[in-house]
Amino acid sequence: MFLLMKYTLLYTVVLMLVALGGMFSERSGIINIALEGIMVIGGLVGVIAIQMIPDGASAFTVVLVSVTAAGIAGMLYAALLAFASINLNADQTIGGTALNMLATALAMVVAKGVNGSASAKLDYSNRAFIYDFGPLTVNVFLFIGIAVLLLSYFTLYKTRLGLRLRACGEHPQAADSVGINVYKMRYIGVLVSGVLGGIGGMAYIVPPVSSWNFEVGVSGAGFLALAVMIFGQWKPFRIFLAAVFFALFKSLANIASSTALVSLGWTQNMYNMIPFIASMIILAFTSKKSRAPKAEGIPYDKGSR
Amino acid sequence: MDNKQAQKASLGGRLASSEAFLSVAASLICIVIGLALGVLVLAIINAQHAIGDGLLVILQSGSKSARNMGTVLANAAPLVMTGLSVGFAFKTGLFNIGAAGQYTLGAFGALYCAIVLQLPWYLCLLAAMIFGALWGAIPGIFKAYLNINEVITAIMFNWIGLYMVNDIMYGKGKSVMYDLTTTKTYSLRKIAPQSMIPSCGMSDLFGKLQSVTIAIFIAIFFAIIIYIVLNKTTFGYELRACGFNKNAAKYAGINDKRNIIVSMMIAGALAGVGAGLYYLSTVAEWNPQVSTALPAMGFNGISSALLACSNPIGTIFSSLFISYITVGGTKLSTQYYTKEIADVITALIIYLCAFSLLFKNKIRALLAGKKRAVTIGKGRE
Repeated sequence: MFLLMKYTLLYTVVLMLVALGGMFSERSGIINIALEGIMVIGGLVGVIAIQMIPDGASAFTVVLVSVTAAGIAGMLYAALLAFASINLNADQTIGGTALNMLATALAMVVAKGVNGSASAKLDYSNRAFIYDFGPLTVNVFLFIGIAVLLLSYFTLYKTRLGLRLRACGEHPQAADSVGINVYKMRYIGVLVSGVLGGIGGMAYIVPPVSSWNFEVGVSGAGFLALAVMIFGQWKPFRIFLAAVFFALFKSLANIASSTALVSLGWTQNMYNMIPFIASMIILAFTSKKSRAPKAEGIPYDKGSR
Repeated sequence: MDNKQAQKASLGGRLASSEAFLSVAASLICIVIGLALGVLVLAIINAQHAIGDGLLVILQSGSKSARNMGTVLANAAPLVMTGLSVGFAFKTGLFNIGAAGQYTLGAFGALYCAIVLQLPWYLCLLAAMIFGALWGAIPGIFKAYLNINEVITAIMFNWIGLYMVNDIMYGKGKSVMYDLTTTKTYSLRKIAPQSMIPSCGMSDLFGKLQSVTIAIFIAIFFAIIIYIVLNKTTFGYELRACGFNKNAAKYAGINDKRNIIVSMMIAGALAGVGAGLYYLSTVAEWNPQVSTALPAMGFNGISSALLACSNPIGTIFSSLFISYITVGGTKLSTQYYTKEIADVITALIIYLCAFSLLFKNKIRALLAGKKRAVTIGKGRE
C-alpha cells in the first residue's frame, strides 16, 4: 500500500508539473507537443548537473543547482519551439515533433559523450532528493509540485499576466487591439512550459532510480502529460486530479505483480493502457463542450486583425 | 549581353513560379544546413575527426559496399510506406502522427498471419494493411463525428496499440508467437519461410544480405499508385479539396466526414504495409517486451514526408536519403562518435523543414528579383 502511494505521489507530481507546463503554452495559443522532448533534455541536464556538483555539497545546494539547471535547459529547448512557431509561423505540431525526435537523439549523443563509452546510461546519486517520513518516502519534487500548482492557479487567474496570457489563447486579435503584445505573451507561455517540462523530466528520472538509460528517453511520459492536460481541461486543479488518476494506473502497472492485485491476472500492459483509454472516453463525451483554447495552433498574424 | 541577361531573368522567373522546383530547393537547403549543423555537433564532440571520420563516413558508407547498399534499401522500403502514410494525410489536411501505432498494428497483422496461420506472404501483407487501416480509422472517426483533433487521438491510440500488441504477442511468455530463446517473436526464416517476401535475386545482388527483398519495389509501386490517386482521380481531388478548405468542399457537395475517415484509413493502411515490408523481409523480429518506445519507423515517416513536401514520388527519394545517412551513422567509428548523430542530423533537417515556406519565399525573392518577390511575399502573408 505504501509502495502504491509512493509511486502514485511520484507520478502525480511528474505528470502534473509537465501538464501544467503544457497548459501555460496552450493557454497562450501554442500547441506544445514537444513536452516529451523537453522532459528528456531537462532530465539529461539535471542528471549531468548532479554528477558535476562536488561530493561535499549540501543536499540543498544539490537540489537547487540541478533543478535550476534542468529548468533552464528545458526553457532553452522550448525556445526553439517558440522561435519556430512564433517568429517563423511554422506549423506547431511539426516543429514539436521534430524537437521530440531531436531530443532523444541528442540526449543519447550527449550521454554517451559524458560517459565516454558506448552506453547511454548515466549513474548519479539521488540521496539529496529523497526524504523519509516514517514508512513513506517522498521526494523534494512533491513540494516543488505543490508550490507550482498553487502558483499556476494564482498566476493564471489572479494576475494581469495570466489574464493576458489567456486572452492570447482565446482571441489574439482582440488582445492585440487593446495593446497586449501577443508574441511576447506566447513566448512567456512556451518558455514557462519549458521550465516546468524540464523540471518534470528530472522529477521523472531522478527520484526513483540512481541510473538512467537515455535510450528510452522518458518513455512517453510527456505524451501522457499531454493527455493529463486535456483530461484536466486546461485548468490547474482539474489537471491535478487528472494527474492523480493517471498516476494511480501507471503505478498499478509497476507494482501489480507484487500485490494482491495479481489475482486479477491483469498484465502490466493492461494497466498501462487504461489511462489512455479513459482519456479517450472522457474526450469523446466532453468534446462538445471542450474548453480547449480557441486560438491554439494558429500562428498569430498581425495583418489578419 | 542585355539579351543574355533577359534570358537569365526569365529563366529565374520561370523557376521562381515553379512550385516543384521551389520545394526541391527548399528541401535541399534544409539538408545542407542540417548537415552543416551535424558537422558542428561532430566538431563539438571531437574536432579533429569531424570531417574525415565523421561527415565523410556518414555520407559515403551507405554506398561503400553492396551489403551496405542492401541495408539502405531494406530500411528504406518501410520508410517509404510510413512516409507515404504521413504525406497522404498531410495532402488531405490531416497530421498522421499515428503512423507509429498503425505500423505496430500492421506488424501484428503480418506476424500473426505468418507465424500462427502460416499464410503466404502476400496475404500477410494484406493483413498488415487491414490492421493498419483499422487503427488509422479510429482517429478519423473521432475527428469526423466528435471533432476531436486527430493528433491527440492518434497519440493516445499509438500507446494503446503498442501495449495491446505487446500483450498479445508476449502473452506472459506463453504466446505462440514468442520465442523464449531470443526474447523476440519467432524468426520467419526458421518457422515460416512461406511468409517471407521473395528476394527474386535481390539478396544475391546486395552481398547475400537476406533481408533485401522486392520490398523496395512494392514500396515504389505504392508511391506511384498514391501519386496517381491524389493527382489524377476525382476521388483524390475530393480528398485534397477537404484538406484545402473543409467548408468549401462541403459546400461543393463533398462528404467531408466520410473523406476524413477514408483518408485516415488509407494513411493507416500504408503504414501497416510498411510494417509488413519490414517484418516479412525479416530485417528484424518484434520485441514485445519493449513497452517504453514506439517503433521509430513511424516517426521517421514524418521526417521522410516533410522532407519530400508530402509528394509521393519525392518520398521515395527522401526515404532513401534518410535511410542512407542512418546507415552511414551506424558505420561511424565508435572510437570517436556514436551512431545517433545521424538521428540528430535527420531531426535537425526536419526542424528546418518546419519553416521551409520561409526558405521558399527567400528563394523566390532571389530568383525573381526584389520587386516582384516583395509583392508575392506580401500576397502569401
